[in-house]
Amino acid sequence: MSEPFEPKIVAFVCTYCTYAGADLAGTSRLKYAPNVRIIRLPCTGRISPMFILKALQKGADGVLVSGCHPGDCHFNHGNYHARRRWTVFRSLLEFTGIPQDRVKFSWISAAEGSKFAELINSVTEDFRKLGPFDQYKKLIKETETAATF
Amino acid sequence: MAKIGVFVCHCGENIAGKIDCKQLTAAMEQHPGVAVAFDYKYFCADPGQESVKKAIRDNNLTGVVMAACSPRMHEATFRKACAEAGLNPYLCEIANIREQCSWVHTDGEQATQKAVEITRSMVEKVKLNNNLQPIEVPVTRKALVIGGGIAGIQAALDIANAGREVVLVEREASLGGHMSQLSETFPTLDCSQCIMTPRMVEAAQHPKIKVLTYAEVESVDGYIGNFKVKVRMKSRFVDMHTCTGCGDCIIKCPIKKIPSEFDCAIGKRTAIYTPFAQAVPNTPVIDKANCTYFKTGKCKICAKICELNAINFDMQDEIIDFEIGAIVVATGFQVQDNSVYGEYGYGKYKDVINGLQFERFASASGPTAGKILRPSDGKEPETVVFIQCAGSRDAAKGVRYCSKICCMYTAKHAMLYAHKVHTGKAHIFYMDIRAAGKGYDEFTRRGIEEDETSYLRGRVSKVWEENGKLMVRGVDTLLGKPVVIAADMVVLATAMVPQPDAKDFAKVIGIGYDEYGFYNEAHLKLRPVESSTAGIFLAGACQSPKDIPDSVSQASAAASKVLALFSKEKLEREPVVATNNEATCAGCWGCVLACPYNAIDRKDIVDRSGKLIKRVASVNPGLCQGCGTCVTFCRSHSLDLAGFTEKQIFAEVMGL
Repeated sequence: MSEPFEPKIVAFVCTYCTYAGADLAGTSRLKYAPNVRIIRLPCTGRISPMFILKALQKGADGVLVSGCHPGDCHFNHGNYHARRRWTVFRSLLEFTGIPQDRVKFSWISAAEGSKFAELINSVTEDFRKLGPFDQYKKLIKETETAATF
Repeated sequence: MAKIGVFVCHCGENIAGKIDCKQLTAAMEQHPGVAVAFDYKYFCADPGQESVKKAIRDNNLTGVVMAACSPRMHEATFRKACAEAGLNPYLCEIANIREQCSWVHTDGEQATQKAVEITRSMVEKVKLNNNLQPIEVPVTRKALVIGGGIAGIQAALDIANAGREVVLVEREASLGGHMSQLSETFPTLDCSQCIMTPRMVEAAQHPKIKVLTYAEVESVDGYIGNFKVKVRMKSRFVDMHTCTGCGDCIIKCPIKKIPSEFDCAIGKRTAIYTPFAQAVPNTPVIDKANCTYFKTGKCKICAKICELNAINFDMQDEIIDFEIGAIVVATGFQVQDNSVYGEYGYGKYKDVINGLQFERFASASGPTAGKILRPSDGKEPETVVFIQCAGSRDAAKGVRYCSKICCMYTAKHAMLYAHKVHTGKAHIFYMDIRAAGKGYDEFTRRGIEEDETSYLRGRVSKVWEENGKLMVRGVDTLLGKPVVIAADMVVLATAMVPQPDAKDFAKVIGIGYDEYGFYNEAHLKLRPVESSTAGIFLAGACQSPKDIPDSVSQASAAASKVLALFSKEKLEREPVVATNNEATCAGCWGCVLACPYNAIDRKDIVDRSGKLIKRVASVNPGLCQGCGTCVTFCRSHSLDLAGFTEKQIFAEVMGL
């Protein structure tokens, strides 16, 4: 292998904690891997499992969901909803054949710029190790082939 | 047909130093739907904004993407510029290529590629943006202040003096808080009661302030400008309107040996009592748990003695509802329980006390009338050892933070002791002397130089009793030697901790708190008096350990925030709220359960004859805060969130 694989990661984050934490990492001029693309939402409670599936379907090798720490949600308990949803969604992922480790969940507060940078580096490394995510593409290909019969 | 303008900001070298802005602009020019794209050195500067406005007008743009700094920085600036050019401000979105791209990556090529993807994704979102109008909500110009200590009183007075109504709620039987317990205050050594009681009286007599003591906030609903608050008036069993505060009932009460909370258990109180002599209001309360009548059904001596028949044993708690526009939380602190330090013998040896207890000894209105006496035998102590950081800056047994006030009050204690017991010797074990503040360092120097306080830099390992003395073993790290001091009294400079129910109360009012239970400010540096919830402000030690000047300053700051809010009749709010498609809504009410703000009602849809056809969810835009939790819950995809619609987010994902 000449070049290491560079995963493409989509992060769904809430604007009040993790997005602000990511901004803080920037203001503090911390450096981290350029593999992540952030989608800003009001709250992790807004994150539909469909967004995650769509990202994976569209070619993301990994998805990160991050919001406020439990108890700290700007909207009181949106992050608890997200956590509960994630628990259910995880088993659905497994059922559909998408490995659970393609989706990561974390809490980053607005004050945790350095934690954000560390997190991005560590998830990038994790996804790099996992290699390209092509199960979904294969799945689509298979169904398409099946349909032509 | 979408006509999007993409404007790539260099931010001097901040963006252009890493990202190839020309390449980014060229890539955007090629992107479908982009009508115009150009770059500029500083778009936030006037000429930059003008060029954006001109581009909007010249090209009849239907949307704008600013590839620039974080939306938390200049979203408002650029949206305003768009509005000035006749474009709905909510058709402008920011692609954050500074904080989340140029500043955090080292490789220019990779950063440029990422910037292209971020900007492209935003263009795809903007294509689906809708015209939105800000939501106007009315403001109830009445404030609620929770906590009647110095911070709460100051905030209440400032708001009331500006002509606005205030409800001041205090859960104890009197206003005053911790400040009324103190003897003298640093760095001036003026009597705490003498400066505090006039404030208490002023608040109680102010025509714009409604003081509710022995009352607790039961619930807070609503939102900025429109809170609905329920306050529980705990039953005092004494009628506030008839009682004149003569105190006969207190004198005659046969139960006299209850440890007084106000005197930190050094003094005793009766079952019917006022916390202290200068209490405001001066109406006593009956302590139900200790009252003989409530325990056995017999006694009622207080009722017999009261000539005005003010005592009513059948009194019930009362709930009062208030409509409130803004809330100041000033719930204060507690001192840490020092019994966790077994080695210091607090709770084991009577003569080991904490700083607040020392205040009660030193206070002229205290149980010893200002004499420093050993609790064990009532004798004047000849040697007193003060141990600083008893709990503070101790990750193992106490708290990691510095309680901020202990260096100063310990210096003051040693000074007060020297003034009262001229032959006495005060030793202070300290880690550092933190005396930052106006007149503070001078104060500690005065203690050392004039009152001969001996400072020993080091920690205490053990306190034990020997021949009627308290033996204190510590280390003097400056001499590098262990020391043992035979003391008559040991005073622990106990850590300030949040109120024990601080976290629960934060949930009642809906604000954030840190790992300890101190309330979180919206921004540590730039928004230090606002909580993360709009319309709720913080004052005093409920946020972090503070001394009196800091608490008062913050209280006045919070009051000015409240008054700024009350200066308008209506508030404008971001139109990021949920909307419902009533045609597809099945009325499953999943959203009602999900909504943290009770913003979703059930609405009847009736035909012309008034017959109910179906019931659907209906979002109250005044209450909705725009979190979008309901949208994700909605099984029929009827709900959506303005500004963050399903389509917009899918478009963003597809654009990456």
